[in-house]
Amino acid sequence: MSVATALPPAPRPARAGAPAAHWGRWGLRGTALAYLAVLLLIPLAVIFRDGLREGLGGLWDAVRAPAAWSALTLTLWTAAVMAVINAVMGTLTAYVQERFTFPGQSVLNALIDLPLAIPTLVTGVMLVVLYGPQTAIGSWVQEVFGLRIIFAPPGIILALLFVTYPFVVRAVQPVLAGLDHDEEEAAATLGAGARLIFWRVTLPALAVPIATGTLLSFARAIGEFGAIAIVAGNIPFKSQTAAVYVLGAVESENRLAASAVSIVMLAIAFTLVRVVDWLQHRRPERAE
Amino acid sequence: MSQSQLAAPPDGAGTRWGRRLLIGVVWAYAALLVVAPVAALLAGAFREGLGAIVAALAQPEVLASFTLTLRIALVAVVVHGVFGSMVAWVLVRHRFRGRAWLNALIDLPFAVSAVVVGYMLLLVFGRTGLLGPLLASWNIQVAFAVPGLVLATLFVTLPFMIRELMPVIEAFGPEQGQAAATLGASEWQTFWWVTFPALRWGFVYGLGLTLARALGEFGAVLVVGGGIQGRTDTATIFIFHALEERQYVGAYSVALVLGLVSLVLVTSIDVVRRRVK
Repeated sequence: MSVATALPPAPRPARAGAPAAHWGRWGLRGTALAYLAVLLLIPLAVIFRDGLREGLGGLWDAVRAPAAWSALTLTLWTAAVMAVINAVMGTLTAYVQERFTFPGQSVLNALIDLPLAIPTLVTGVMLVVLYGPQTAIGSWVQEVFGLRIIFAPPGIILALLFVTYPFVVRAVQPVLAGLDHDEEEAAATLGAGARLIFWRVTLPALAVPIATGTLLSFARAIGEFGAIAIVAGNIPFKSQTAAVYVLGAVESENRLAASAVSIVMLAIAFTLVRVVDWLQHRRPERAE
Repeated sequence: MSQSQLAAPPDGAGTRWGRRLLIGVVWAYAALLVVAPVAALLAGAFREGLGAIVAALAQPEVLASFTLTLRIALVAVVVHGVFGSMVAWVLVRHRFRGRAWLNALIDLPFAVSAVVVGYMLLLVFGRTGLLGPLLASWNIQVAFAVPGLVLATLFVTLPFMIRELMPVIEAFGPEQGQAAATLGASEWQTFWWVTFPALRWGFVYGLGLTLARALGEFGAVLVVGGGIQGRTDTATIFIFHALEERQYVGAYSVALVLGLVSLVLVTSIDVVRRRVK
């Protein structure tokens, strides 16, 4: 099960039991809320206050500063490329896992979840060991294609693909498993081939889980740091992503720049999470 | 992965090769994307033999970084074990204004960049931060010190415990608690003696996932800890510095150990989960 993708629906409140001791009740709720306030709410409020200290105009200027803007656009386009590849390969992986039997199936199943278990910094180290400029593959690619992988966008995309591999697979798989076969059978009876059935019947039924998995992987990619810090290096205008830019701004005590780019990242992430939540809730209830 | 009767596509002829092709493509993708990097790390760590790995891991800085990481992770596990379960309980069983809103916020740490987490904590607890002067007057150092690392780890691991427990609490239902209350138990007593035993597996999974995530945290602790050698070097920060200083075997060995520990943790949670089901 993938924890990172699990966004369970809002719980339905159950009526609290019989009249419990008032003070214990308020003490419990107060402690829980105070805990969330200290950990979540206060830090969030402070970063917004800091970023808006020179007004919205100041925030916008800080975001449009050349290095900041270039870091944000690099982050967005590499995440978009990753999202497209992940949508296709994730769906294909889920389809193959769910519909076919083949040797090594359970090994493949374990491999899909592996990226969730490995710290992302370790992921970055692995990619540098494999594709770094001194390695056989890295130098070969550079010689033949004139293309750098590490310290360049291809490395960023590879790192993002690794980290988010389970997102689409694990969103699509349960829906595919629960899919009613009636429509597919009906299409087959009418003479449709396997390919036509997939494109016209199966795929449309999977649109929502594919979208939610892809959007969540995109949201994750916007903030990814551990893997990218190692793989991308920190070359402004070339391989500096938004998260790495924020780190640099913090280190050089450029607070407005750090806060402004952080707020943009927060806004994107939060919007995407809300969209995913909305998509999941508008899906008609399925009988379990 | 259940194989239904319809597992074979209805259209017989011509699809066997198509099926093999699809399976081949997926295997090739998984092998290139996941297996190759893992193999490369293994090869990189073992390049100078097992002796070099052992020597690298026995360095005092490495041992100190592992100890620090473990200490932070254990604090995170205990704090979320206590307060996280309280939050889960309150969110499921209590009704109050803003509950749905708060529930949506719980998942935020999944989406927020680790660097931003670290930076937010600096803004609150740093020297020039919101609480900086107050903390300084009490002589408490949070930023660039271990308490900051703990806070950063707490932030990024916040959802795990809560999200594991909420569905279990919901499924458990209030009836048994009501029975206990009828017999005169307070809400606290009901929680510890009736509800908690029923939730123990959710609790175990939550703790395991929190631990795994805490061991691997990097971005947030890097920013909030400031990377002061020796004092705030967790295992991940050690790897980062070792790479910068080109101590490759050291970096690869620590990465290998960290990856293996996380992998074993997550895999055993999965195995236990399947058994219990």
